[in-house]
Amino acid sequence: MSLAATVRKHNARLWAGVPLNGVVNWFRNPDGKARFLWVMVWGYIVWSIAPLLIAIRISFNRGKSLVEPDGWSLIWWWSNPVDSAWHRPDLHSALLQSVKLASLTMLISVPLGVAFAIALDRWRGPLPSSANFLMTMSWVTPELIIGVALFMVFSHLLRFIPFGTPAQLLGLITFEMTYPVIIVRARLLSLGRETEEAAMDLGASPMQALRRAVLPQLYPAIVASLMIVFVDSVDDFIIAAWMAGPSSSETVAMRIYNDARGSVTPALDALGCMLMVTTLSTLVVGGLVYRYLAKRTHGAEEGALSDIVASQA
Amino acid sequence: MWVLFALPFYAILAVAAGRFDPIFGTPIAVWNPLRWQLATFSFDIGQLFSRDGIFRIPAIHSLVYTFVAVVICLLIGYPVAYCVARHAGRRKGLILALLMAPFFISYLMRMLAWVNLLQTDGMVNRSLMALGVIHQPFPWLGGEPVTVIFGLVYGYIPYMILPLFGFLDLIDPRLLEAARDLGASRIRTFIRVTLPLSKTAIVSSCLIVGLPILSDYYTNDLLSGSPRTTMLANQIDNLLYAPSSGPGLGAAMVFLFMLALVPPMIWYLRLIGKEDLFEPDEGQE
Repeated sequence: MSLAATVRKHNARLWAGVPLNGVVNWFRNPDGKARFLWVMVWGYIVWSIAPLLIAIRISFNRGKSLVEPDGWSLIWWWSNPVDSAWHRPDLHSALLQSVKLASLTMLISVPLGVAFAIALDRWRGPLPSSANFLMTMSWVTPELIIGVALFMVFSHLLRFIPFGTPAQLLGLITFEMTYPVIIVRARLLSLGRETEEAAMDLGASPMQALRRAVLPQLYPAIVASLMIVFVDSVDDFIIAAWMAGPSSSETVAMRIYNDARGSVTPALDALGCMLMVTTLSTLVVGGLVYRYLAKRTHGAEEGALSDIVASQA
Repeated sequence: MWVLFALPFYAILAVAAGRFDPIFGTPIAVWNPLRWQLATFSFDIGQLFSRDGIFRIPAIHSLVYTFVAVVICLLIGYPVAYCVARHAGRRKGLILALLMAPFFISYLMRMLAWVNLLQTDGMVNRSLMALGVIHQPFPWLGGEPVTVIFGLVYGYIPYMILPLFGFLDLIDPRLLEAARDLGASRIRTFIRVTLPLSKTAIVSSCLIVGLPILSDYYTNDLLSGSPRTTMLANQIDNLLYAPSSGPGLGAAMVFLFMLALVPPMIWYLRLIGKEDLFEPDEGQE
């Protein structure tokens, strides 16, 4: 008997009693949309999100179990005065450090990035284009290489910058600045120069035109950049880890990296969840502000989503 | 700007080709290129190709795991991106938000969730045993290549789906309708029209996922941590923290590693047609 025939016979036995034609036809759905693709899409979404939902559920456990739901309580989040994520000194300081680094990175790198984007938009010549190329390269260079490279700089060359918060900040700012540059520059290109020229025709100085005519139209893009930079740097692991100094400069991601395998209570899950809550609330607040601004500024109806997709893809 | 981007690579070279302080056991960077010693580089290259070199097995692991993980990412990611781009309709916004959710959640947190699930008495083992697939708990976290590849796929597949979606979404549906009108079946339309149109997208998304997977060490540390699955990036990470001559060797390896990755990086940038990433396409507006 040929192999194909054997397989067919085996399959026939395996599926005996199952209304196979019905099932296959339901998946193929010849007259409508291909259902098996939808099964894949939703299967993928469930697969990508379910583990996180389970981790969130476990962080609310009453007992110490890390592997199964076990009662409901806030012990690991807050109410245990010694072991909860909020009260354990190392976990608490990791959360603060993550938020501190992300806020400072956001506040410094976005204005720099916006200025850089405007400069690149106006300025022609070899210097901006090579700066551009360097930034593009840093965008595709694997983060490990950037981390190690910065580590060498701060340990051998710029010794006056101590490891810990200062080095972490410098590293993060360098890396995160690309987001505002991409987003703001895309917006500048789509805006064109008309309003600025109109303002100057009406007697505004170049600086005034920039401030009163161009900048307000950039607000949505700036808010989107603030949001992305915060969310991205709060989750950063490699740069924060390579630039870390004393234990007070440990971030949440580093805490998870160091403790995940030896973790004995769900406090670490709770800590991770706190970070997720921070990220989520940033996105919600940022999204609302973005929407408000985009409504006010004419011609920027595209969602924040498309800004983000453009920056990632 | 210049200083912060160009200097680091010079620093790596200076440490890699520098001297070594025998008393403190720390490397000394040598800044004068004329006095560089290239022994660390030749040592590293030797270790990469000799039969029992310290870089040989990790390099093989790196290549095999990355290849398998990227292929799996593509096999899952392409149909998902295709379906969302072509058939999502009104729900596109919602589905896109769900697909992007992993971007906004800490990578380490996503791995921590799996560490919990994959414990010996964890939910994965229990479900598999309940279904009768396995009869004894499988030691997922005991240094299994399967787990490492699985973790890499789980971690990086969002970075595959989003760019693929971006490209596939741009394909003009009229082309596909024309193919169908001319009598091609659905599958034939896909093979003769959609697939050739998305060839660039496929290669560039494979590169954009493959590069970070190659340089990932934390996934491996979290899900395995065993020498049985050490990848090149783990070996570099270990060496840089090791005493004695480790950092010099590690730095030399980082440099070689980077040299090896430059061609795929350039290839990627050329593929997406943006050697200048900051010059947005006019067509996308």
